[in-house]
Amino acid sequence: MALLEVTDLVTRFRTDDGIVQAVSGVSFSLDRGQTLGVVGESGSGKSVTFLTVMGLVDPRHADVTGSVRFDGNELLGASFSTLRKIRGQRIGMIFQDPMTSLNPVKRIGWQLEEAVLIHNDVSRSEARRRSLEVLDEVEIPRADARIDDYPHQFSGGMRQRVMIAMALINQPDLLIADEPTTALDVTTQAQILRLMKKLQDEHGTAIVMITHDLGVVAELADDAAVMYGGRIVEEAKVQDLFAQPEMPYTWGLLGSLPRADITAARLEQIPGQPPSLLRPPNGCAFNPRCAYAFDRCRAELPELRPSPTSGEHRFRCHLDDADRLRIWTAKKAELTSTEGTAA
Amino acid sequence: MSELLAVEGLQKYFPVTRGLIFQKEVAQVKAVDGVDFTVNAGETLGVVGESGCGKSTMARCIARLLEPTAGKIVFDGRDITHLDRNAMRPIRRDMMMVFQDPYASLNARKRVGGIVGEPLEVHGIGTDEERKRRVQELLEIVGLNPEHYNRFPHEFSGGQRQRIGIARALAVNPKLIICDEPVSALDVSVQAQILNLLKDLQADFDLTYIFIAHDLNVVRHISDRVMVMYLGKPVETGSKEELYAEPKHPYSGALLSAVPIADPTLGRARRQIVLTGDVPSPINPPAACRFHPRCPRFVDGKCNVDEPLLTPVPGAKDHGYACHFPLEHWPMDEDDFRRVGGMVPATPAATSSE
Ligand SMILES: Nc1ncnc2c1ncn2[C@@H]1O[C@H](COP(=O)(O)OP(=O)(O)OP(=O)(O)O)[C@@H](O)[C@H]1O
Ligand SMILES: Nc1ncnc2c1ncn2[C@@H]1O[C@H](COP(=O)(O)OP(=O)(O)OP(=O)(O)O)[C@@H](O)[C@H]1O
Ligand code: SF4
Ligand SMILES: [Mg+2]
Ligand SMILES: [Mg+2]
Repeated sequence: MALLEVTDLVTRFRTDDGIVQAVSGVSFSLDRGQTLGVVGESGSGKSVTFLTVMGLVDPRHADVTGSVRFDGNELLGASFSTLRKIRGQRIGMIFQDPMTSLNPVKRIGWQLEEAVLIHNDVSRSEARRRSLEVLDEVEIPRADARIDDYPHQFSGGMRQRVMIAMALINQPDLLIADEPTTALDVTTQAQILRLMKKLQDEHGTAIVMITHDLGVVAELADDAAVMYGGRIVEEAKVQDLFAQPEMPYTWGLLGSLPRADITAARLEQIPGQPPSLLRPPNGCAFNPRCAYAFDRCRAELPELRPSPTSGEHRFRCHLDDADRLRIWTAKKAELTSTEGTAA
Repeated sequence: MSELLAVEGLQKYFPVTRGLIFQKEVAQVKAVDGVDFTVNAGETLGVVGESGCGKSTMARCIARLLEPTAGKIVFDGRDITHLDRNAMRPIRRDMMMVFQDPYASLNARKRVGGIVGEPLEVHGIGTDEERKRRVQELLEIVGLNPEHYNRFPHEFSGGQRQRIGIARALAVNPKLIICDEPVSALDVSVQAQILNLLKDLQADFDLTYIFIAHDLNVVRHISDRVMVMYLGKPVETGSKEELYAEPKHPYSGALLSAVPIADPTLGRARRQIVLTGDVPSPINPPAACRFHPRCPRFVDGKCNVDEPLLTPVPGAKDHGYACHFPLEHWPMDEDDFRRVGGMVPATPAATSSE
């Protein structure tokens, strides 16, 4: 049985301007010990998907349908006390915005101790000992001297490491990490990723890694999912995704990376704006920006269908196999030639 | 090219206090501890370095959002180090900042239109109607929808909020924009748009940027020159070509080797130069070379005794490093990296501190 099984998840926000459908039917599953990398357009619903999974969208402003099964238990509609028990203990979450999830008027150490005390029957001094230990583990220098600092006294990267410490402190079965290393320099990032890997090896923790850094996904994830306009538009084993991406948005993503081997003055960019979720386009959500769109793309939503080479590799696009192969092959040649994308 | 900004000996220390009522200073965080550099008009200086090494603090001192402890900041020919609020006001228009944390830096109670238009209002530019038009134009420039004018920041994704911050900085056509990790929160396609946009704006308006980022590929793309910082000090500066092709400082080398590669096969096969040891504290920075406790090339009796000064690379235009045992070539494998000038530093060489 999969540790996490999400089926047909839909999240709609009610706003002054109308209904914003941030997540439109997302399904996936994740096994113990596995890492799922989630990438995609900013605003495509990555964070909201996993906030919904954790029961953290506010029911006063949002409607949620679908199913979220964690270790066999349905989380959607579960009672607050069930959710509270699971969150922070069995599921750890590293939020994208450390400043809003750390309490600015409480000392760092106090906040960590509380995270231990909520879920464990231990003394305050034991909780403090664990807090120090985990701060050391995420390499806060002189943790003993800084444990009683307030969040604003830490640098952005240090706050992010505190968030990571907070998520790891109870050794969860599932770690949902939303952009955990974007605020960190690459050597610290490498350390944090190693730390998460270690946790995974030792405890069989499953990890969801939401990130903009395709390099991080390439190096860490087993599976990858690409989101666009509230849907998964492509999912595959990470090797397959990079070797043979099957739809135009993913091509655009791989093309817009600044790279060591390309010195062009301009980066390739996907033209146009991300879709308005208030008034999503008909058909394929990517069609207004897609260089290959044809009539069917504007009329009909493409199903998530398997690629010709692997049933595990699925994507949404109406282009036929021959066209996709031809386009990607040409694109890949262009990307890997050093002359690359022209100015 | 004329010099737009010159920073000399910049220091910023924060007090560490204990006690609730009688706050007693027990130590100092030496966040920025002796930084010198210049930026020419129209160029981009990229700044990279360890998280917590003082990049944001340095940026805030330059923008005078923090009071420097020591040093001198000359902007557009004028010493602004100790200008008071009133004297700073006209200068703030020429020097805008885009912040690292798109969550904390936007006023949650204000609508997007008000946030982006604030600098226009503060400096009394335009009528209400003109300001609104300008704001909508700015929203479009940064890839947001003009229909977002009346929304609140919490209704936006992380990337969208960062674009709001960029629109705000552009509002008053500043000369210098200090970008503190402006694209870290953006997905790569929006990142590409913003980087292209920043380059276009630079060409059109002769803008100058200080660009702080963790992504070395991004820094390479946008910068003309690059400064690598470690624990409050620059350890290497150079043109981007020099610095990326031939890093001299071991920390720069370790950084370059740690960049994740967006290719599952190459990336996993790559051999990183792994830094061990604790990240030192800016409260009590290590003596002499601050990198020495973690440096794979450390030579006892030298690196922990003599502070290496910024040394120019012979023959290079603008490339300097602060290290006693600079990298001889690049790329290097890990064994080579440890071998200083063909010797293994574990057996201390003839290095009595002269
Ligand atoms: N509380 C809310 N009310 C209304 N709309 C919201 C709310 N929270 C999120 N949204 C909208 O839902 C969409 C998805 O947001 P989400 O934060 O999941 O994006 P994301 O994929 O995580 O983006 P990023 O990569 O920039 O973090 C966005 O268009 C956002 O504006
Ligand atoms: N108000 C403050 N009080 C005390 N210490 C502070 C304060 N602001 C920053 N510091 C400390 O100064 C050091 C440098 O912080 P700064 O935010 O400049 O780092 P940074 O290089 O921008 O890091 P990052 O890459 O993580 O954003 C850190 O040790 C930080 O804890
Ligand atoms: S001076 Fe020594 S310790 Fe410092 S970077 Fe150079 S080799 Fe390493
Ligand atoms: Mg997000
Ligand atoms: Mg910073």
